[in-house]
Amino acid sequence: MSTNWTIDTVKSALVAKKLSARELAADFFNRIDAQNPALNAYLTLSPERAYAQAEKIDALIAASKPLPPLAGVPVAIKDVLSTRGIRTTCGSKILENYFPAYDATAVERLESAGAVLLGKTNCDEFAMGSSNENSAYGPVKNPVALDRVPGGSSGGSAAVVAAGLAVASLGTDTGGSIRQPGALCGIPAMMGSYGRVSRYGLIAFASSLDRIGPFATNVYDVAAILQTIAGRDPRDSTSTTAQVPDYASEITKPVKGLRIGIPKDYFAEGMHSGVRAKVEAGIALLKSLGCELIDIRMPHTDCAIATYYIIATAEASSNLARYDGVRYGLRADDPTLLGMYRKTRGAGFGPEVKRRIVLGTYVLSAGYYDAYYLKGQKVRALIAQDFRDAFTKVDAIVTPTSPIPAFKLGEKTNDPLQMYLADIYTVTGSLAGVPGISVPCGKTPQENLPVGLQIFGPAFGEARVLQLAHAFEQAGGASL
Amino acid sequence: MKITREDVIRVADLAYLELSESELEIYRAQIDEILEYIGKLNELDTTNVAPMTQVLTDDQTADATLREDIHVRSDVAGDVLKHAPDPEAPFFRVPKVIER
Repeated sequence: MSTNWTIDTVKSALVAKKLSARELAADFFNRIDAQNPALNAYLTLSPERAYAQAEKIDALIAASKPLPPLAGVPVAIKDVLSTRGIRTTCGSKILENYFPAYDATAVERLESAGAVLLGKTNCDEFAMGSSNENSAYGPVKNPVALDRVPGGSSGGSAAVVAAGLAVASLGTDTGGSIRQPGALCGIPAMMGSYGRVSRYGLIAFASSLDRIGPFATNVYDVAAILQTIAGRDPRDSTSTTAQVPDYASEITKPVKGLRIGIPKDYFAEGMHSGVRAKVEAGIALLKSLGCELIDIRMPHTDCAIATYYIIATAEASSNLARYDGVRYGLRADDPTLLGMYRKTRGAGFGPEVKRRIVLGTYVLSAGYYDAYYLKGQKVRALIAQDFRDAFTKVDAIVTPTSPIPAFKLGEKTNDPLQMYLADIYTVTGSLAGVPGISVPCGKTPQENLPVGLQIFGPAFGEARVLQLAHAFEQAGGASL
Repeated sequence: MKITREDVIRVADLAYLELSESELEIYRAQIDEILEYIGKLNELDTTNVAPMTQVLTDDQTADATLREDIHVRSDVAGDVLKHAPDPEAPFFRVPKVIER
């Protein structure tokens, strides 16, 4: 049986009755059983729910009724998205036995569109990390090279799609956590604009930055998943009322004449030579498609990491205050309430989460708020302005996704700052709120590891981003 | 040094976070290095810059933020209590906080 499924091939196979949705799901579960022990990408499987959904799809087919757009498509969900009755750990010991009472809106919308939920994917604890090594349940291995990290924090969601253990998946991106693992595993991966996809049911890390978005094996499928989950949700006050265009028809439009901004601030020292070579070849490919290349400046780029780690940790320290052992998750024993809080949090959180809670509480604390948090918010405004200025001159901005390809497991775990610096190209767009995609852009000549090309568009310009990514993919960008 | 051992103890206390002696020292050193790096923002003059306190402009969410305040039954209390560490419906039980 094929292992290279796409949304279209699933649909045509089901409609032609080559196999049933139930058989397709069973085939995926068989391969997951065989391959997941080596990858550690799925934390929890949901066969009951998957088969119940598959049988509904099979009943529609048997009755020759119209099929919803993702009918029978096996998908995986990052374990920070709430799934009713299915364990949701956030990669943390503190939520080891947490079973949400409701579904995230994005999950609900995927299932309403016919998708079959295979299970929940491993990730860095509370989505904090760039390598997936901060999961309390062990690191995910990169299916491209098992001794290397898949990237993070949505490492499991990237790995299952790259390994053919799901047709598509949902991840979350706060500072690069969709785009960077997409790049490191060699698949397209996208975050829409802040506000494009409801965050209801996304267990919060940094509320002004968190976004939900898709991984898939091709840009068309990325567009189809985004289409399904995008749009207004009254349960998230930051989900926008802006219209969602029809991405499938937008992405096939010609890219000739589009103006592509190349910010030279992103091509400074510190970039792996193989990444640089491939991204330059990728930019040349866009030029050959008729895009106009324009040099631009984004002068606050080198402030982005510092700004991000102020804003993100401050918001995290506030959001993670809810894990107190009272209503859900782990509770440590202590005769006093405050002692119980302290011990529960001390025992339940891992090192990266504790470090960020301490840092975030510090930057918000009396006497330091102005120097750090307020300063961070001001510089964030300047970074967002860099993007707005650029988009008066260009239609999209193209950069590398990550300065380095997938690194070896354990290589950076003892140096948090070095790990943070690997997010340099992704955090800018996170702070600005704009949409961004990573698309495969060849492999490094040295190690034969995937390289990602990142495309940013203006706020709510997802169609333009997808259109360029699709043209790049169709022109052979992945095999540069 | 940007952050002292006493600072870390004070902040961990604010966050109700128990840290071991070795965690205290490791995090202090790592956070010190991170704060040193973050300090580079001070080279930037932001005197006349308004802080970015939210991502979306008002017109992008006006409808949402001004919705009617209507009661909607969620009916999740049973599920929520079922997985609580120490439930006693309809309450969550916690260590005693009031002496009498």
